[in-house]
Amino acid sequence: MGSVGAKEVPVLLSPEGLRIDGRKLDELRSIRIVAGALHQADGSAFVEWGANKVMAAVYGPREVHPRHLQQNNKAIVQCRYNMAAFSVDERKRPGLDRRSQEISKVIAEAFESVIFAEEFPRTSIDVYIEVLQANAGTRCAGIVAASVALADAGIPMVDLLPAVAVGKVSGAIALDLKKEEDNFGEADLPMALVPQSGRLVLLQMEGHMTRDELAKALDLGVSGCRSIYEKMKQALRDRYAGGTEVAA
Amino acid sequence: MLPGEELPARGLRPGTGTYRTQGKVYASILGFVQERPPFVQVVPLSGRYIPKPHDTIVGYVADVQTTFWLLDIGAPRWAPLHMTGTPWKIDVGECDRYLRVGDTVLVTVESLDPTGRIGVSMLGEGLGRLDGGTIVTISPAKIPRVIGRKGSMIESITRLTGARVAVGQNGRIWIDGPPEALVQVRQALAMIEGSGHRPGLTERVQDLLHASGARGPGPASPDEPLPPPHLDRVDASPPREEPGADGEPDPAADDF
Amino acid sequence: MSDEVTAEILTTHLLDLAAHGKRLDGRGIDEYRPVSIEPGFVSTADGSALARIGSTAVLCGIKLEPGKPFPDTPNAGVLTTNAELVPLSNSMFEPGPPHPRAIEVSRVIDRAIRAAETIDLTKLCVTPGEKSWVCYTDVHVLDHSGNLIDAGMLAALGALTHATMPNRRFGIADADAPLDVQHFPVECTFVRLGETIVVDPSFEEEQGAQGRITIATDESGRVVAMQKGLIGAFSPDDVKAVVERAFAHGDRLRAIARQGGSSA
Repeated sequence: MGSVGAKEVPVLLSPEGLRIDGRKLDELRSIRIVAGALHQADGSAFVEWGANKVMAAVYGPREVHPRHLQQNNKAIVQCRYNMAAFSVDERKRPGLDRRSQEISKVIAEAFESVIFAEEFPRTSIDVYIEVLQANAGTRCAGIVAASVALADAGIPMVDLLPAVAVGKVSGAIALDLKKEEDNFGEADLPMALVPQSGRLVLLQMEGHMTRDELAKALDLGVSGCRSIYEKMKQALRDRYAGGTEVAA
Repeated sequence: MLPGEELPARGLRPGTGTYRTQGKVYASILGFVQERPPFVQVVPLSGRYIPKPHDTIVGYVADVQTTFWLLDIGAPRWAPLHMTGTPWKIDVGECDRYLRVGDTVLVTVESLDPTGRIGVSMLGEGLGRLDGGTIVTISPAKIPRVIGRKGSMIESITRLTGARVAVGQNGRIWIDGPPEALVQVRQALAMIEGSGHRPGLTERVQDLLHASGARGPGPASPDEPLPPPHLDRVDASPPREEPGADGEPDPAADDF
Repeated sequence: MSDEVTAEILTTHLLDLAAHGKRLDGRGIDEYRPVSIEPGFVSTADGSALARIGSTAVLCGIKLEPGKPFPDTPNAGVLTTNAELVPLSNSMFEPGPPHPRAIEVSRVIDRAIRAAETIDLTKLCVTPGEKSWVCYTDVHVLDHSGNLIDAGMLAALGALTHATMPNRRFGIADADAPLDVQHFPVECTFVRLGETIVVDPSFEEEQGAQGRITIATDESGRVVAMQKGLIGAFSPDDVKAVVERAFAHGDRLRAIARQGGSSA
């Protein structure tokens, strides 16, 4: 995500240890989650996370087309992560590039790790994520939106799936990178946590970290996921405990 | 409850909508807790229709084969209706003389097998093809409220509007009658779906129907097609006693 | 492919209602669902708007990038319109190559934008024959609950009206400038239900329709695009009548697209 205008490396960390937007190293950007943002889908959610805007929808469990994809003992979980052409600084050509395909695959596998797919043999659970406005951390925002959408669609699963990226900026381990930190930082490590078991079902890394930094990053990410988890639960409670349907 | 939240199991065994790991029971779906000793279960508040044996449901014919039809019942899978599960004597290959793609039928869930196959049947009182009228679709989770305690809600609606109503557990409700009656039934169903969790639902629905001028069954308008005779007595599925139905504060509202 | 089936009694019911001048959601035959526009929804775009018609939601983002003018129009910039009917928006859309519906929606919107001369293309020219702006209009359907063409056009007009030429980002001038929009096309879509022709079809009405017709108008009283779609037919008198109805709706829709806000 190179931005055309930014030519110089900005100061990412102040002498006081504050980041480019004034956050502390362990501080999340603001997050707003709306469960049930769409009408056609079986489940849906809209997530505004910092300057990210991501919509997710779930269809299913439903009949599998084409049939040869069908599995006799469980549902298949299919994911499509897509970025809108206007979601980034330089217009992105519509359609799935290699990055989007890889992200779609690891997200599908993360969800398959928590969905009780064996309850719905020969069906498909389809998870669609549309990034409308991107500012680093879109796959994590996508997972959060999709997880809320899956719960909204009544899909049985071990737990909701909070996700966050941890990175390294100016040598310091920092939670939830925004775009400038992602572009000019030294590492980016997105993860998704199953709070019930304390295990990670999505984990990637780009950049470099020492073993000590990595250990610190994992701990910071897990605590970040736990904060996000509370916001996800609140969004679902708002929708179902008598709350009215709210659109994006 | 939400997926991943621990249930107060109190020695009960994990039922539907739950799972057990390391001696603890957790919710696997979004819904409210219900104790049905020896089980504790979570009743869904959202999602597609999950078939249960003996449910009466409304299906749309999606495909015709030589000996059976496939019905879209709003569930994860299409349900086969075999020609022997109908009151008709049909020759092999002649299924489409009886039901065609796009037809609407009232059937009952007969069997579920572990592969997810849903067997349905049209043999039973009040079951059959639905002609005329229309379908209103609501969340299957809201159906117990539409029926009400011992069928009280649906009885109120049919009595006050004069409409004919068949409630499918899969969230599809067939209604027929004069246009004004259909509008009133729609309004009542919208109220049940929108604010069914608040107390006094039956009274609010009755007030709504009185306010909209419902005066009960009047003489049928001559333009209206008469319903097929087999539908005369269909007004609801067997009433179910679900906690939270009909005006009782929903456990979901607090315990969710 | 969708696993959902349209029940014939639903279609029959729509026709019955229409014959009595009524619609499923209680609207009149010449009544739109609530229409709203939220300009500036996407900050990464040079112009954007989220348009809603009832529960249909369409997001449009504009991106302007320097490119080369076409050889036959060396003094003009380039406009391209693209629509994505992503599978998130409706169970009828699958991942994969663009759905034919998406191509139709984008082309009908594109024709209205072009024919109305919405943008003066010569103003998108930077150096004749060498460098001009390419204006990408990307229409992204989020919730397909019927009438995508009208919603897509409203989103596109709202986005264009609020777009900025990013001169500084590309070193073309010292200051950014608003994109100059000189005409304001809107589309108005109708479907036939029996002998009744209703405006702004819902998803259910489109499923049961016996023909669809779209009339694009601009503020100066011109018809700037038309499209007949779906299986069905219209008489010349039908067309004349819907053109009048399209003009009657046009000014209100234009005002919403230009100013933002809603009809409700």
